[in-house]
Amino acid sequence: MKIAVVSGKGGTGKTTVAASLADLTSGPLILADCDVDAANFGLVFPAKDTTTIPYAGREVACICANICTGCGACEDVCRFSAVHVNEWAAEVDPLSCEGCGTCTLVCPTDAVTLKKMISGEIITGTTEKGPLVSAKLFAGSGNSGRMVHEVKRRAQTPDLDSPVIIDGPPGIGCPLIATVGGVDAVLMVTEPGISAVHDLKRLVTVCKGLHLRMFAVINRYDLSKELDREIEKLCREEGIPIVGRIPFDEHVVTAVSSCIPVTRISCPAAEALCSMKEILFSKL
Amino acid sequence: MKITIASGKGGTGKTMVAANLAYVLSQHERVSLVDCDADEPDLHLYFPGEPRCVPVKTGIPKIDTHACDLCGECGTFCRYGALTVLKDRVLFFSEMCHSCGGCTIVCSRHAISEEEHAIGSVEIRTISDTLTLYSGIMDPGQVLAPNIIRAAKEEAASALMICDAAPGIACPVIEASADADFILLVTEPTPFGVANLSQMAELTRMLKIPAAVVINRSFGDDELVHAFCRDADLPVWLTIPFSREFAAVQNAGGLISRAFPEWEKAFLDLYAGICSRGDAS
Repeated sequence: MKIAVVSGKGGTGKTTVAASLADLTSGPLILADCDVDAANFGLVFPAKDTTTIPYAGREVACICANICTGCGACEDVCRFSAVHVNEWAAEVDPLSCEGCGTCTLVCPTDAVTLKKMISGEIITGTTEKGPLVSAKLFAGSGNSGRMVHEVKRRAQTPDLDSPVIIDGPPGIGCPLIATVGGVDAVLMVTEPGISAVHDLKRLVTVCKGLHLRMFAVINRYDLSKELDREIEKLCREEGIPIVGRIPFDEHVVTAVSSCIPVTRISCPAAEALCSMKEILFSKL
Repeated sequence: MKITIASGKGGTGKTMVAANLAYVLSQHERVSLVDCDADEPDLHLYFPGEPRCVPVKTGIPKIDTHACDLCGECGTFCRYGALTVLKDRVLFFSEMCHSCGGCTIVCSRHAISEEEHAIGSVEIRTISDTLTLYSGIMDPGQVLAPNIIRAAKEEAASALMICDAAPGIACPVIEASADADFILLVTEPTPFGVANLSQMAELTRMLKIPAAVVINRSFGDDELVHAFCRDADLPVWLTIPFSREFAAVQNAGGLISRAFPEWEKAFLDLYAGICSRGDAS
């Protein structure tokens, strides 16, 4: 069973909810951090015996200045404004290059080749709850969707049929779509804020399009009664069960600051998370 | 002057800082506020109004089935897996396509042309005589956020531009940041906030753009952030305390700089800092 914790808007409490789910579930688990731009799962469940594998997720055009005649054909076809002809030869801006290879098709002297770029690292290790697969996208490396695929691939070792808990990325773009593909359920963490509600609607549209089984949890539900009701209405209309309502609780800040699951502190938020876990698992 | 607001971690208050800074500065000069979080654009919630919509389109391949001889060259060429050539037809997956145009060139039978494909829009709202909001909005299910961000920035006209970036450090953030004159990094004083701040700080260093930090939702002890900033040689220019009152103002679509005069001054001072640092570099 694979559960992805997602949110649309960032900072609603995905990692707090994912870490609590993991903490409350007995038996071995597989943890996967698919927020490869800003991975934090490992801060709550530090991994031991880690293995770091470089990940070459993309290619970048390289121009051999000795062969290049500076004709500019590559610059003309590049849709990403990544090639510029200076006085002598064409130069590639690796930050803008998407590695499409179109420039290699038009170079009359075959001066362009595509080279693999190491765009990050995949990190696997052992935590108290089981293996954790996470990743670190290097600054300036661009595309993170493919790296998410790699994290998920490594988290799906065939000889382990333990439940997989995925801490997802914010947004609705390629990292999110890569995260939720093939999961058994998405748990959407929202909060009664105007941005979070707006973003939840867009997330629901994407998840519906992918025919995913959706559940919602309202974090800091008591911060605005009006918006809390709006979330309930949206979930009712979309047929999304609300499996938990977590009150605003300063113990959550304490837990985040000490990098522990909040469920290890006796407090109202922890009680709400326990009941959320029971309800969610009873429905799965 | 282009100022980009970024953070690494989501939900630290980028949009709040962008909205307040733009509002305060628009009392003195013309400001273009650009929502560069095309996945989840939220700035219009603080500045509502009827928008003018400019569609954003990209080119996708259109295959002339009479001219195509199913040779497979396009499928072999496409790095994104958007084209698969079968025995009797060519499959095209638009959500994988990056619109590079390479397939139209590689096809020796000239069987591929391009047609327009809508991926989102830029919504333009005139908030006041001096403030215009440009929101890049990606259609749900699409993935080419950088194209939409580029389009939103191209629509924006004034000399002073404030860009609200997406969370993370990947391509949408690079698109929103790479041409900035200054980057404001908004963080929360938790280990999560600081871990992601350090990744974003690395990106600003790589881009060689001067930056400063804004701490949001401070509970008083921000030593974790200050220690990081000392090591990274980043100044902390503004600290916004945690306050239920602020949360309530924002949830009603309000701005703290409009609700509390001392915060209007705080954002003006922040801009003065950016200007002096910009001159110095």
